[in-house]
Formats: sequence, structure tokens, C-alpha cells
Amino acid sequence: MPRKKIELRNTIESLSILDADGKVDKKLEPKLSNDEILSLFRGMLLARRYDERMLRLQRQGRIGTYGPALGQEAASLGPAFAITKDDWFVPSFREPAGMLWRGWPMARLMLWWGGNEIGATPPEELNDMPICVPVSSQIQYGAGIAWGLKLDGNKSVALTFVGDGGTSEGDFHEGVNCAAVFNLPMVIVVQNNQWAISLPRRKQTASETIAQKALAYGMNGIQADGNDILAMIAATREAVDRARSGGGPTLIEAVTYRLGVHTTADDPKKYRTEEEVEAWRCKDPLDRFWKYVQDKGVLNEKSREAMEEEIAAEISAAVEKSETYQADIMEPFDHCFETMTPALKRQRAEFEAYLLNGGSNGSPHAASSSAISQVH
Amino acid sequence: MAMLTMAKALNLALKEALQEDEKSIILGQDVGYDEGVFRITEGLLKEFGEQRVVDFPVAESAIVGMAVGLCIAGYRPIAEMQFSGFGYHGFHQVESHVSRLRNRTRGRFTCPMVIRMPYGGGIRAIEHHSESREAIWAHLPGLKVVIPSGPRNARALLRASILDPDPVMFYEPKASYRAFREEVPDEPETMEIGKAQVVREGNDATIISYGASMRPVLEAAEELEEDHNVDVEVIDLLSLVPLDRETINASIRKTGRCVVVHEAPRHCGPAAEIIAGIVEDSMLYLEAPVERVTGYDLVLPFFNNELPYMPDVKKVVSATRKVLSF
Repeated sequence: MPRKKIELRNTIESLSILDADGKVDKKLEPKLSNDEILSLFRGMLLARRYDERMLRLQRQGRIGTYGPALGQEAASLGPAFAITKDDWFVPSFREPAGMLWRGWPMARLMLWWGGNEIGATPPEELNDMPICVPVSSQIQYGAGIAWGLKLDGNKSVALTFVGDGGTSEGDFHEGVNCAAVFNLPMVIVVQNNQWAISLPRRKQTASETIAQKALAYGMNGIQADGNDILAMIAATREAVDRARSGGGPTLIEAVTYRLGVHTTADDPKKYRTEEEVEAWRCKDPLDRFWKYVQDKGVLNEKSREAMEEEIAAEISAAVEKSETYQADIMEPFDHCFETMTPALKRQRAEFEAYLLNGGSNGSPHAASSSAISQVH
Repeated sequence: MAMLTMAKALNLALKEALQEDEKSIILGQDVGYDEGVFRITEGLLKEFGEQRVVDFPVAESAIVGMAVGLCIAGYRPIAEMQFSGFGYHGFHQVESHVSRLRNRTRGRFTCPMVIRMPYGGGIRAIEHHSESREAIWAHLPGLKVVIPSGPRNARALLRASILDPDPVMFYEPKASYRAFREEVPDEPETMEIGKAQVVREGNDATIISYGASMRPVLEAAEELEEDHNVDVEVIDLLSLVPLDRETINASIRKTGRCVVVHEAPRHCGPAAEIIAGIVEDSMLYLEAPVERVTGYDLVLPFFNNELPYMPDVKKVVSATRKVLSF
């Protein structure tokens, strides 16, 4: 026959386990202990309250521009939960839920948005990369880390995040393609939050789904309800198991929604309707998981109240820690190269003289690089 | 000692790296079975296998970006861009991560990697295979830029670049790959990155250059001595970042006259930085304005007309006589 349908090795499925009304598909429900359910709920709530607090801090002028992750907690936390400490976590910039879960000190995240590099310094014990700003560029080092893990012969994976807008970048194509060609232990989560600043998902790609892009790369892909933490855990666990056993990378499209602004410098009213946002508010990942948690008898209104208070105190402590952090203003000269070049030594002396003569912003003696330990 | 071309000398440095450090990995397009389009990786796949010498999809951004990930995972990648003219696909990764990772993470993660690429004109190649854009890379904070000029320093500098704890952009003058041979020691040899060499001592004027332009410069120095009784000092920079201002200053303070030579376009080119440094440190020693012999602020013409647009002996002699007659 000269013309026939080509059967591809993979197909694309969509996965939803806990729906917006809190109903659970018992057949698909991932096994979780009550302790795990409790800590997952705490993780989502912590991320939500952190986000709200960060918005307030921005409005008060206490941090810089902030990019909230409101509504995307499940899409970030679910995958983070499904990997181990030995695995690598490679975020984009809307993964505070996952980063806090991994063990990033909250004060460091606040310091990132407060304009300090210490916020981009992963604590030694974490196999984590910091927030990545240039969209999709992190796919490349995520794939490179996965390559290193494979060469080491260990069973760890690199979990890497990107947004729907990021899938249009050349880096997405190059990185995902190479991850598939080299059969790397990598899980790529696309947080499809429907909007890349003002560009809607339908104008980002003509594909019906983002998950189906996996087919073209010759890898596994799945679309999961990104507001359903159970679906995100199940999809990631499956992908991680496959990667650990040499089955290569997986592309997970997490269908979610950016309930908030792109960043605090953005006004979404210019490009989307309140009705649309309201419809997605009804699918809030935290609300539906709260129903699940109550159904499981893990928490009730009263114990949640205690948790809320504990979280509020934790956040306040982090705010205080971040706001008392003092960076060493001379430090950038120490981190350009391992050994300072003659040119930098000269420029450092020039800058120091400027500061000693009054400068504009701080003193070279204000703090030392040992300040890193302050925000651990 | 063996008489080697630069191509063979670079090959030797790569082989040494793979032998000495099991974390070294070579990655690039056609570097394995094809042994590189310039054969710089000749014999390496056969000796070290597909895990260490990796034929990569045509994806420069991924070559550079995945090398960053390899560094994070504890490896020491040596990436090859087939031609510098295609290295721009990788520019974004170099600027966004390679040169910044140490600073961003306060030293938690670093990029001890080398990105090798052939640059420069004069080999009658098609468009995008002849330009000199080292100034672009030299402008990025956190990146070293090393440019050898001959077989011996190519081997020693590539070795030093591979051992360096920071990322090095290693620009290879492709017109010099097989232009001449030099004695290269059998034992591993390194040179300190950031140290220029006075390759010819003289008192009348200083000619500063690097890479492929060193050949016309040295020829011009001979001609100046033979035909014009002029005794020039020649400095081979070998590295643009770090820049060895000490060696430059010492020479300028001796000769008082200077010509800077490179193939790269003039505007904001390396000569501009070199001369600014001379003005800052040694202006009162200058006896004449400094001359530049460089590429024009143009795309290098297609190969049929490229040679007159590049620095040559005549231009260097003429510029040197000009600074001498001021």
C-alpha cells in the first residue's frame, strides 16, 4: 500500500484523579499515607500563604517585582513530592511550592525576590538549581545534569520545569530533543498555566496539547490535571520509575492556570476576562485537596486553624530573617572567577575607594560573606 | 619533541585530557566518527569510546547548555562548535549560564568547561566561516577568552584551559591549523592563562597581536628590520581575558610607539580595549598616536575578495612606519 497510517510507539493520555468537586477516582488514586497527605496539604498551604505574603511585601515596597504562583501549587509540589532528595530539582521561576518542599530556606526565596544572589544559592545539601529567569534555558542544564547522572550510572533523575510559553523557545526543542536522543533520566514538567504574560496558550502553539509534542520527540508524554495534586504525583511517579529503569525522559503537561498576575508589574485585565479567571478559581488545587484531606480525616477545621497559625509564624520568621540579611557589597568581585583577574583587582580597588569616600549604598565593612549562614 | 601542526598539537591536548581525567568529555558535531571537520579529534573516539567523545545533534545551544549541566553533575566538558559562525546559537547559554553560574550561585556551582571553536578568514570558505568575533565573548563577565597562535602554545593553552576552574572560550585560528609545524614537547606542558609573550624583542615600536594575525605581524617585523632597519618588539597576547596589561605597559614604556593588529572589526574591537589600557597606564610614555590594523567594520567579503580586507604584512609595515615617523 502506498499510503497508510503510521503507528507511533507512544500515545498520549490525559490523567485526572481528584476533580474540582473533590471526587476521587479510586482506581487511579496514588497510595499515600495519612502523614504524607498531611505534609502535602501543609506544603500547598505554605506555598499559598507564602505567595500571598510575597504579594503584600511587594506592594509595601519591601521586595522587588514578584511573580506569584497562585493556583499552581499542585503542579509544582506534586512532582517535587514524587522524587527523592538524591534526584535533581530544576525549577523555572514559578515553583515556590516545590522549592520549599525540597528544603529551600524560605528566607532565601524572599531574598531572591528581594534582589540578593544568596537567594540563587542552593544550600549545599540540596540537589537543586535556583530560580531560572531566561525562559526554557534551564531545560539545557536539566538535560545535562540528567546526562551526568546517567554517566555516573546512578538511578537518579533530573526533574525540570518549564512553562507553556517556554515550549516555543528553541532551547525547549534542542533540550527535549537531546534528552530523548540520549535517552536521559529526565522528567520535564510543562506548567501550562494558559498564559505567557499576555499570550494565550492557543497562540503559543497550534498543537492541540503540549503533551503530544512528546510524540514528535520519540518520548513518553502525558497530560495531567495540574490542579490535581494526586494526578501530578501519579504522573510523575510513573515517569520517574521509567527514567530510573532506563526508559528515558517523559514530558508531563500540567494543565493549570495562573490565577494571579504574571508579575507584579503586569495587569492581566488588559488581555483576559474576569469570567475566565473566575471559572478557574472554581478549580483551585488547594480547595479540592482540602476536601480530600477532610474526607480522609487527616485534618479538620480546627486542626487546620492551628496549621495556619504555625505557617503564619514560619513566614513571619522568614520575612524577618530575610530583612535582616546584609550582603557583603564587595562580594561580586569574589565570584566572577575562582581567582580574581588583574583587571578585577583594579576595579575592586576603584570601587572600594568610591565606597570609602562616601559611596552611595552601604559600606565595604557592613557585612561579610559568612552572612550566608544567617539564612540557612 | 615532535614537529607538530597546530591541529595535531590540539589533538594531543585533548587526548591528554581524556587520559588524565575520567570526567572529561568531548562533545560536538561530527567530533566522533568523523573526527571533527578539521580532524582535531582524530583517533579519540576509537581510543576513548562513545561515552567520552560524543557526536551531538545539530544543536549548539544544547551542546553548550548541556555542558553546563554536565559541569553541575561534576564533569569537565570540552565542547566544540564546528565554526565560530555557528557558535551564536550557543551564545544565549554562554551569556545566561556559562559565564554567570559561579556568580549566581556564589560558587556552589561552577562551569569548568572549554568551548573550542575555529575562527578567522583566509581559508576560502563560504559565508559564516570566516569571521572573527572574539570581542563579543571578551565582553561577557565571567568568561575567559584564549587564542593561541602556534602549535606549541595551542597545546599548552588548551591544556591550561581544560584544567582551569572557570569557563574558557578557546578561539582556534583555523588558517593556522596546518600552516606550519613547531616542536611540541612530549611531556604535558601548560602555560599560564593571562600571560602574554614577548615573542620578539625590540626598541623602536611595539606590535601587539594574537591568533592568526601573528603570522603577518612576525613577517612584517622581519621586513621592517631588513628593509627599514627598524627594530620592533612583538607581543603575542595569547589571551584577551585576562588581558596582560603588565607586559603591554612594560613594552610601551620602552618603545613609546605601538600598533595593534587583529582580524576582528575595529569598532569596540580588542584593540580599542588594549589602547584604552595603554592610555590609562602609559600615556606619558607614548611618542605617537597608536595605530590599529584591523578588519573594517564590515562583514568579511566572500572568499574571492576576502584577503585584501584582512591584516597583512603590507598594512602592518605601513602602520608601523607611520607610528615611527610621527
